[in-house]
Amino acid sequence: MAEKFHTIVTTVENKPGVLARVAGLFSRRGFNIESLAVAPTDDERFSRITFTVDVETAPLEQVVKQLNKLINVVDITELDPDEAVSRELMLITVSADSAHRKELMELVDDWRAYVLNENSEQIMLSFSARPDRLAEFEEKLRPFGIAEIQRTGRVALKSLAD
Amino acid sequence: MSEQRDNQQMSGGEALVKSLEHEGVESIFGYPGGAILPVYDPIIDSSIRHILVRHEQGAGHMAEGYAHATGEPGVAMVTSGPGATNIVTPLADAMLDSVPMVCITGQVPVPAIGTDAFQECDTTGITMAVTKHNFLVTEAQDIPRVIHEAFHIATTGRPGPVLVDIPKDIVDPTNPRSDMNWYAATDADMELPGYSPQMEGDRELIRQAAELIRDAERPVLYVGGGILKARAAEALRELAEMVQIPVVTTLMARGAFPDSHELCLGMPGMHGNYTAVTAMQESDLLISLGARFDDRVTGKLDGFAPTAKIIHVDIDPAELGKVRQFNVGIQGDCRLVIEGINHAMRELGGADAQVDRSAWRSTVSGWQENFPLTYEQSAPGDKLKPQYVIEELRDGNPADTIVASGVGQHQMYASQWWQFDHPYTWINSGGLGTMGFSIPAAIGAKAGRPDSRVWAVDGDGCFQMTAQELVTASVENIPIKVALLNNSYLGMVRQWQEMFYEERYSEVYLQERVPDYVKWAESMGCAAIRVEAPEEVAPAIEKANEINDRPVVVEFVTDAGENVFPMVPAGKSNSDVVVDPTQAHLLEGES
Ligand SMILES: Cc1ncc(C[n+]2csc(CCOP(=O)(O)OP(=O)(O)O)c2C)c(N)n1
Ligand SMILES: [Mg+2]
Repeated sequence: MAEKFHTIVTTVENKPGVLARVAGLFSRRGFNIESLAVAPTDDERFSRITFTVDVETAPLEQVVKQLNKLINVVDITELDPDEAVSRELMLITVSADSAHRKELMELVDDWRAYVLNENSEQIMLSFSARPDRLAEFEEKLRPFGIAEIQRTGRVALKSLAD
Repeated sequence: MSEQRDNQQMSGGEALVKSLEHEGVESIFGYPGGAILPVYDPIIDSSIRHILVRHEQGAGHMAEGYAHATGEPGVAMVTSGPGATNIVTPLADAMLDSVPMVCITGQVPVPAIGTDAFQECDTTGITMAVTKHNFLVTEAQDIPRVIHEAFHIATTGRPGPVLVDIPKDIVDPTNPRSDMNWYAATDADMELPGYSPQMEGDRELIRQAAELIRDAERPVLYVGGGILKARAAEALRELAEMVQIPVVTTLMARGAFPDSHELCLGMPGMHGNYTAVTAMQESDLLISLGARFDDRVTGKLDGFAPTAKIIHVDIDPAELGKVRQFNVGIQGDCRLVIEGINHAMRELGGADAQVDRSAWRSTVSGWQENFPLTYEQSAPGDKLKPQYVIEELRDGNPADTIVASGVGQHQMYASQWWQFDHPYTWINSGGLGTMGFSIPAAIGAKAGRPDSRVWAVDGDGCFQMTAQELVTASVENIPIKVALLNNSYLGMVRQWQEMFYEERYSEVYLQERVPDYVKWAESMGCAAIRVEAPEEVAPAIEKANEINDRPVVVEFVTDAGENVFPMVPAGKSNSDVVVDPTQAHLLEGES
């Protein structure tokens, strides 16, 4: 996967305002956040913020060093695209009238998406995959008519050693 | 927190003051108001001296001046809302110049936060970008710990301003939310899992740096404010003398290496002297110690020191490679790293093992001979030259006099023409370039160093921004001296309009006689002298130095047409330095 995006996984103190500090740092240093995911960790003192940054707009080393200067940032892991396993989740509502429903369901099966909710006109799907696959799946669904779509921002872990 | 503590029941407000005492605070520069009122009550009974300023910006710059002069963190305390917003400029100033400072702000009570209450503003939100860190304390019990953390963060690693926002309910003794058990917080109480500055430099990198130094033919020691913060002036001198390498001291580092030393080339940068600028430009090795390749030093970046390898030493790893790629980058405290380099140099055979640099030495001294700082003395009957005033001030005061400057031409003249032979005698606003800095900074310095003579060198524009703090100085008996260089103009801006906007002067003329600076100074409780002729300069300085029961303002009416040279025009390469018009013909032979 040729990627200009790098993933930075930070462990931060779980305190009010920490996300604002991190986001503020990105904007004032002119770094663009491509995607962002925030969630608690198994240790309630800490949260994890996973960013994707476009390395063409931001010198990665500066991003990491500046983040490190934030007092509430405890740990930073930079994940090279080649050594990261990343996933993103998408919820998507697609038109599904009786004429196209069967064709749509085949696509859903092929791509291993899940049906979360449906009525006679629409189906809501959940699809989780490598971020670039989300865009591909979206293109496949487009001809059916996309009513609504939402993506989570990616999360990532370092790949396991061989 | 240990169980066996000498805990004392008290209110958060008492605890805050006691915590400041516990941190060794001797002076607070502050201004009260609604939200911070409960903290002002226990101040009456405290050993800490509170200095009541006339504007919160003054409190911030005084805290900075105090910190610059003493090396101890400066402390300011203000109320919520407008008190807090008024101190944003000094915080930004301290952030850019790495000044250790703790600022306490009042805040509306916790339950009122977020309701647009009277004098509420999002102080931690507003100051996030201009502080090293800030805290909003919501429990009285946390006060001792957070105050200890604030001082720890402000003074360790790369120093900087830390703000602690304190809601009124947790300090108000009539509110049960302020009940707490005081404890003398120690490092063991700190909860800072993400903060542990690295002090020691990597030994292998230090050795590599020493080897580069040994082999360099045209090296320059490029010394920044970090030397002063790290208290590394002694170590630097040992290094420079051992390796016999010339030293440039940036605007933030004036005095870190003595100007009178034969190896000192003075200040580099936009208004640096020709030799300092050009030696860096032609060098094959820049040894950057606690400096950050600021654009005012490098000029146009891709033309800066094109043939130089770089050794970059800084406590802040984010500075390494931020602006200029290094050959050896060492994260660490400047003093420890320089001592390491000194040791490594000795192991490599010391001075004798180095390459022959006699050619470089003679090139450099040739520049010094041809391009000294210069100006033309005024003709009889003409206005005073500002450079002459600084020279007379320099000669009329002891070498350890502390000089605090404003921002503008007068700042550059002061940096150029004073002779700085001692660290911590030059206090100015380098990174932010804050007009109005000098008077409050001088007051802060004098409060911290009452036995030192402190002169503020100010411009007429700057003076009008913070002059009211002379009332503070009079009333609090902090007898600073002010040399006001009145050129009737926003001189530095006028110079740019003359040189780069075809002499189209837009909104830079102030007025020569309005305000009447002498009357104004006298009304603020100062002694005041106006000087217009060269022969009056030295006697006025002498007279000012004899007055020690009040602040003194000496207004020097100076030549409005004078420009600061040399100058590297903004956006130009340092190779395009413009020298004094009288030296311009000499440039033809160069490069
Ligand atoms: C707060 C602030 N506003 C504006 C400026 C831009 N500025 C830089 S120097 C200068 C003129 C300073 O005038 P004065 O104090 O009279 O000093 P002079 O240059 O005449 O010596 C101005 C307006 C600044 N540095 N700070
Ligand atoms: Mg002026």
